[in-house]
Order: sequence, then structure tokens, then C-alpha cells
Amino acid sequence: MVRLEDNKFYTEAKPLEALPLPAKVYIPLSQHLGKPCLSLVKAGDSVSLGQKIGSVEAHVYSPVHASVSGRVKAIVDWPHPVLGRAKAVVIEADDSCGPQKMDYLPREDIGELTAENIKNIIFDSGIVGMGGASFPAHIKLNPPKQVEVLIINGAECEPYLTADYRLMLEKTQEIIKGIELVVKCLGIKKVFIAIEDNKPEAIKAFRCFNYNICVLSSAYPQGGEKQLIKSVLNKEVPRGKLPFDLGVVVHNVATVFAIYQSVYLNKPLFERVVTVTGSILEKPKNLLVRIGTPIKELIAFCSPLKEEPAKIINGGPMMGIAQYSTDAPVIKSTNGILLLSKKEAAPLPEEYCIRCGACVRECPAGLLPCMINLASERSIWQEAISYGALDCIECGVCSYVCPANRRLVQSIKRAKLEAVR
Amino acid sequence: MRDNLLVSTSPHLHKKESVKMIMWLVTLSLVPSGLAGIFIFGLGALWVMALAVAAAVITEFALQAVTRRKITVLDGSAVLTGLLLAYNLPADVPFWLPVVGAVFSIAIGKQVFGGLGQNIFNPALVGRVFLMASWPKYMTTFVKPMSYDAVTSATPLAALTEGKALENISYLDLFLGNRPGCIGEVCILALLIGAAFLLLRKYISWHIPFSYIFTTGLLSYVFGAKTLFAGDWISHILSGGLVLGAFFMATDYVTSPLTYKGQLVFGIGCGLITVVIRLWGGYPEGVSYAILIMNAATPMIDRYTRPRIYGS
Ligand code: SF4
Ligand code: SF4
Repeated sequence: MVRLEDNKFYTEAKPLEALPLPAKVYIPLSQHLGKPCLSLVKAGDSVSLGQKIGSVEAHVYSPVHASVSGRVKAIVDWPHPVLGRAKAVVIEADDSCGPQKMDYLPREDIGELTAENIKNIIFDSGIVGMGGASFPAHIKLNPPKQVEVLIINGAECEPYLTADYRLMLEKTQEIIKGIELVVKCLGIKKVFIAIEDNKPEAIKAFRCFNYNICVLSSAYPQGGEKQLIKSVLNKEVPRGKLPFDLGVVVHNVATVFAIYQSVYLNKPLFERVVTVTGSILEKPKNLLVRIGTPIKELIAFCSPLKEEPAKIINGGPMMGIAQYSTDAPVIKSTNGILLLSKKEAAPLPEEYCIRCGACVRECPAGLLPCMINLASERSIWQEAISYGALDCIECGVCSYVCPANRRLVQSIKRAKLEAVR
Repeated sequence: MRDNLLVSTSPHLHKKESVKMIMWLVTLSLVPSGLAGIFIFGLGALWVMALAVAAAVITEFALQAVTRRKITVLDGSAVLTGLLLAYNLPADVPFWLPVVGAVFSIAIGKQVFGGLGQNIFNPALVGRVFLMASWPKYMTTFVKPMSYDAVTSATPLAALTEGKALENISYLDLFLGNRPGCIGEVCILALLIGAAFLLLRKYISWHIPFSYIFTTGLLSYVFGAKTLFAGDWISHILSGGLVLGAFFMATDYVTSPLTYKGQLVFGIGCGLITVVIRLWGGYPEGVSYAILIMNAATPMIDRYTRPRIYGS
């Protein structure tokens, strides 16, 4: 693991702010790990805010909901921030189709809800892991066997991002209520809230409640599920197994907040907090954004720009995905939009590996990135696997530290793909 | 907004460090002992350094130009190789000797393998061993310190390994460099200043130098005298090229193991071989050979000291 310059100063003091309602949203039918949804609506239909518009028959999936009230214009192939291109439902906002804000009808019978009820609400609300993995949340609440420990992930170790941080500061109560719901679903006693020490304010906010706060020294990629389990419990998830097998479940703070909203307020997941940041923005912000809003609208709201961005990233700088188009929309797992200047994004020349060993020492998975890289370049996939390619979590640390600017992650990803073939 | 955005795989952030920067900083860390060498042995030392560095750089440039590869002479690695070679030579060698050595270092030690990062052996040591085998007389004629003229003089190490007690040379002399020897190896104080810089800036780790020096010290204490446990281990550490070799040559990234565990094995191996050569071998000094032999063992060490994969 490495200590990174966290660059959170751009937005850490910026309170959550709602982005004005977009004229059109492009809601991808696949925003989760698992089978993509099929559209439940067709062009011309009128939909209201929060209405379910995508679902599918499958074991692993999560439904999607309308993020504005309006008219369905079309179902199109559209830029997708993670998948490149995918089917999306285009909805034009229209006040005559319904309210544009939810008049929440808080549930009054929370105490009477059974674990089963809660899980159903969470599933119906389309909640997925919002830290980036997008794994449907209800599945993680339905472990195949009894689990003992719940870890709430407030590490937010990616540089620049402050979406989770602001949520922890401003919605502490709500997150705590969300945690109570998860505890009820899983029937567990032990809860740890893991926060890195570069967020003292958040730690203070949670200290007022009766939960174990686990203060971690900031290091990247500590927010990765497996790394977090190691940091908090000093246990490792065995290779090829899941945290369940250790009796552990990890949920991100943003997910827990969405769980709170779904159960207490009847509100499906149709908006989320996105950090819009970078040195070239005049007004970087933490925005509350409707799912499906094209990222160019977020950027326009935080403009003017000091210069044209050379690279736009969905997510953080270490694991985020570079976008080819600003038409790509915000999805459930979009925790940040990062703009890099020409200078910051300039590709560095690749040189020969000098075997300095930095990548080996820092790799949180204990692999030999430099050796995988060499094997991968010679297309000897078997050898790449023998150095551990399949255990790579793609955190990017190896490429980050490499003085020779080797494209380590890229070649390891390639080796992984080839190996499955 | 224009849509001709840069698209590349993550990560999109990079540590501010480059091969070039590392090479030049290591070169910088060698400056104190170079200055000490000039002070102790006179301007002849400066000439040897200049010739070796120039020959190394020109050879690298020429070979890259002829084979139409990318010209990388400015990355500092050729300068470093030339300088390290010079540090391993006596100060009054004929002018062509450092030139021949540097050409050999770069051509045979480095470029035939494909250039920086591809070589198996430390190039400077390859050059040195070649000179040693070809012109042993020049390589073992040392200048007396502070006299500035070539008076043949045996090194303290030669006396030491023949089992003689050191006369007229105190530990302080050894530490400050007031002894015959190669240009860059004699002033331990200057070497330690450079080494401290590299350690503090984390360009090298302690594993190789300390295990190397510790092993050498321990074994020479145990076996270095007629009776067991009576060896003059301090002199063994301070004389010859051990400190230079342990901090600046055994730690060469390209030719040493990747993991700390492997580096400890490497250092211990170097120490073992050094002492065997010093005490029982035909040469008085064993540092160069020890490092070269362990260079050859590095792929094997790497194989058996892999890091543990998370969750296994
Ligand atoms: S090899 Fe994979 S897990 Fe290891 S540092 Fe690189 S990206 Fe991270
Ligand atoms: S960090 Fe880069 S140069 Fe160093 S060993 Fe790894 S791949 Fe090679």
C-alpha cells in the first residue's frame, strides 16, 4: 500500500449541493454487476419520479428507476461510463407527468419491519454497492451462512474524492439508521465503522454514537474490500473465497445511506452524491445528482474551466475510467468526476524495467507486477498466471510507483482476459 | 466542450519519480567519495574518472546509434557505470585503461543484453573484472595516499589477508581513507555520507548493505585469525572495497533481487563469498567476484523468495 497525495482539499469543505434538474436523463439499463435489465417502458410513455423502468428475470440483478418525471423519448445505445456503450432509457423531464421532487412519506412502522421486509425494500429500490463495485446490495444482505462482523467502509481512499466524506459529515444520523437496518437484516452484533485518519471531522461525527470506530492510517487501496478486512480485522479473505466465508460483510457508507432512504423514506435509488473536481475547475463541488445526468452538465455547473480538460475520469484517479464522451451519464456507482489538465494527463514515456522492486513491495495483493508484465508482453499467459495475475485487484498502485512508467495494470488486465480465454 | 479526450487505462496518477532521476541521484551520492579520492590521490584520480565516464557515455551513444535504438545516454546510467568503474581503479593507471574498461562495461556488460534493465551482471564490475584478468599489474599497483606520486604500495587488505597485522595504519586512517587503494573505495566517511542520503531518500534499502557487511564482519571475526574468534573484523570491514561494493554496487536494482527477503539472502551470499575469497582464495579482494556471482544467482533467489499472495 502507498500513501498518496490525497488532493481532497478541492472539495472537502464544500457542502452537498443539488444539481438543477437536467432537461434529459439517459438511464443505463445496466448499472450493476449481473444481468442487464430490460426496459419496462417504451418511447412515448409517461413516467413519474421513482417509477421502476428496468427489471429482468435473473438471480443477480438490480432494478433501475426513473430519476425525473417525464416522457420516455427513446431507448438508445448510449455512452456508458463503465461499459463503453450500453442501452439507456432517455427521459425528457416534464412537470406534467409528475412531481420532480419526492414528497417523502416517511414509513412509520420501521420497528415492525422484519429482516425479510427490509431486504425486499432494498432490492426493490435498486440499491447496489455505491463504492464502485456495483454489486446488488440485497445479495450481500442475504449471505449463504451466518456472518458475524459488519464493516462500514468510510475509508474513501481514492485521492480527490470527497462524496462519502461529505455524506458522513452531513448525514451522520441517517447513516447510523441505515447501519441499524443492515444490522437487523444480518442479525449481527459486531459493527466497525472504518474511517481513515485524514478525515478527523468524520471520525468526530461518528464518535457520538455507540459504534466501534476503526481509525485507519491513510493508505491506498485501503478502501478495497479485502484490504479493508485486513486492516480492520487483521484477517485475510482466502484466495478464491468471498468475505462471507470469513463471516464478514462490508458495506460502503453511501450504500448504507441509500438503504436508509429506501426504507425510511420509500425512496428508490435515483440520485447520488458525486464529487466534481480537478485543478482546472473554478468551482469544484460535491453535487447531489440524478442518475442518468450527462456528465457535461455536472462540469458546466462547476465551470468556468481554467483550461480545456485533456482527460475526464469517472471515479478517482487510481481506479477511475477515462471517458471518451461527456455524454456519458452518472450511474449508481459514479462517486466522482475528475478533470485533468493537459499537463496532468500527459502520458509518460515507457522505459525498460530497472527491477527496482517498488511495484513488488507496494502491491497489496502480494504479486510480482513487473514479472507479470514481462510475461504478458511475451504473451506467455501461463507464466503471468504463475506470478499471480488472477489475484490482481487492479488498484493501480504498481503503475503509480513504477519509475519506468511501465503499463503494468494494463498488461495484467490483458493477461487476466487472455487467461480466461 | 470538445470530445477528443485522452482515454487510457487507470491509474491516471503517477508518482513523481523517474529512472533518470534515480540514476542521477545515485550518481550525486557518489560525489563525496569522488572528491575524497581526488584529495587523497591527486588529480590523476580525476582523470581516471573523467576518462571512464566519457568512454562509457560515448560507447552507449555509439551503440544505440548504430543499432538504431532509442538514445538514452542522458538517463544517467552510463555515467553511473563509468563512475563506478573509475572508483574501482587505482589512481595512476595508464590513460587507456579506464577507457578500455568502460567500453567493455557498456558494450559487453550492458548493451549486448539489450541495455539498461536487461543485463544480468553489474556492468561496472564486469569491466573491472575484465581489466583485472587482462592487466593485473596495473590493477594492483596503488598510489600511496597524500604523496601524489606513484609509489607502489601494498593495500592494507593484502597484508590483512596474508595474516599479517596492520602496521602504521589505524582504524581512523582506514575510515578517512588514508591508505592505498582504489579511487572511490578508500574514504569510508565519504561513502557513508552518500549511503545515508540514498537510505534516507529510500533509493536503496538497508537489506543488502547491512546483511553483506554484517556477514563479512562476523565471518572475518570468526575465521580471520590463526585461532577462531580473533579476527580483526573492523579492518576487514573498513578495508578493500566492501563499503563501496555493499552500498553502491550490490544494491544495483537491475542485478539484485526484487524482495527484501531475497535481498537479505543476496547480501549474506555476497558476504560469504567475499570472506572465502579474502581468507582462502587467490586474490586479496573478493568483493567484485562475490557480487558478480550473486548477480548470477539473482534469478534463482527471486524464484524462491516471492512475496506471499494475499489470502494464501
Ligand atoms: S498487481 Fe494488481 S493488485 Fe498489485 S499493485 Fe498492481 S494493480 Fe494493484
Ligand atoms: S516498479 Fe517498474 S521498474 Fe520497478 S520493478 Fe516494477 S516494473 Fe520494474
